[in-house]
Amino acid sequence: MDIRQIRVKKDILSANSKTAEGIRSRLDGYPVRMINIMSSPGAGKTSLITRTINFFKGTYRIAVIEGDIASSIDAESISKLNVPAIQINTGGGCHLDANMIEKALADLELDDLDLIFVENVGNLVCTADFDLGAHKNAVILSVPEGDDKPYKYPVIFVEADVVLINKIDVLPYFDFDLDSFPEIMNGLNPSTTVLSVSAKSGEGLDGWFAWIERTLGQDNI
Amino acid sequence: MHEQSIVASLLSLALEDAKTNNARRIISIKLVVGELTGIEEDAVKFYFGFMAKDTIANGATLEFNITKAQLRCRDCDIIFPRDKLNFNCPECGKKAVEIVGGRELYIESMEIL
Repeated sequence: MDIRQIRVKKDILSANSKTAEGIRSRLDGYPVRMINIMSSPGAGKTSLITRTINFFKGTYRIAVIEGDIASSIDAESISKLNVPAIQINTGGGCHLDANMIEKALADLELDDLDLIFVENVGNLVCTADFDLGAHKNAVILSVPEGDDKPYKYPVIFVEADVVLINKIDVLPYFDFDLDSFPEIMNGLNPSTTVLSVSAKSGEGLDGWFAWIERTLGQDNI
Repeated sequence: MHEQSIVASLLSLALEDAKTNNARRIISIKLVVGELTGIEEDAVKFYFGFMAKDTIANGATLEFNITKAQLRCRDCDIIFPRDKLNFNCPECGKKAVEIVGGRELYIESMEIL
């Protein structure tokens, strides 16, 4: 038998994308909305989620799916807030994928929830290419990381529905150019919203909470 | 560790197509990989080496076609390569760009026996 060449032309991530689409349409059968939060390690994902849960306590029923390479520190601090927290250990893997989310969702009562946060693994490269079936993607960029990150890691910023510049309380100590950032960001992704916040001091978080309310108020997103 | 899940997906796609084409062995797989995916050729080959072991893709060669990041100016429509330090359009100088290349990640073709 001879060697034959065959055309394949198949997207390697197609299986993940298909699972993600399935998750989204399943979630659409419930009032719940899912937001995937991505950033570098230490940019403030857990702090932002904690603040948000506390703010919406009694208004929205929130659950968290926590992605972590090995530990359960973040899930433990979230479950202290008395909200359902599902831990996914990726076992060294640098991102969550749609299969992991599908499994985690099986442990949540979707009828009893308004909002699910997915705290992705801290990483600006790998996380960006894996659709998790969330309705929205939020990216946090913290001031100490620098304002050049959209140039270095453009993909994650293209996938973002909202970009939060976090830790603005330390702006005086860094060269982050807060004024020109929205122009760069919107050039790359015209439909994204840019917000400046400090999850520590609470400054600017009203804009984020309003964004959440808008997201939850939309029927089709 | 990004590459481990990439290799798992690529292997199952390759095996599926090999089966449809009644292949006894996969000799080589041609991949198109955009530089923005951050995927390392050596790491993919490393994982493929042992993940393909008990399959008809064992020993198959992986060929990489790495594509560069390309930007399209939203105003003048020209396409230009990414400059790591800025995204300014070489024609109009504006920073309104769309990524049109460098995110590819697919199997182009295979040689089968």
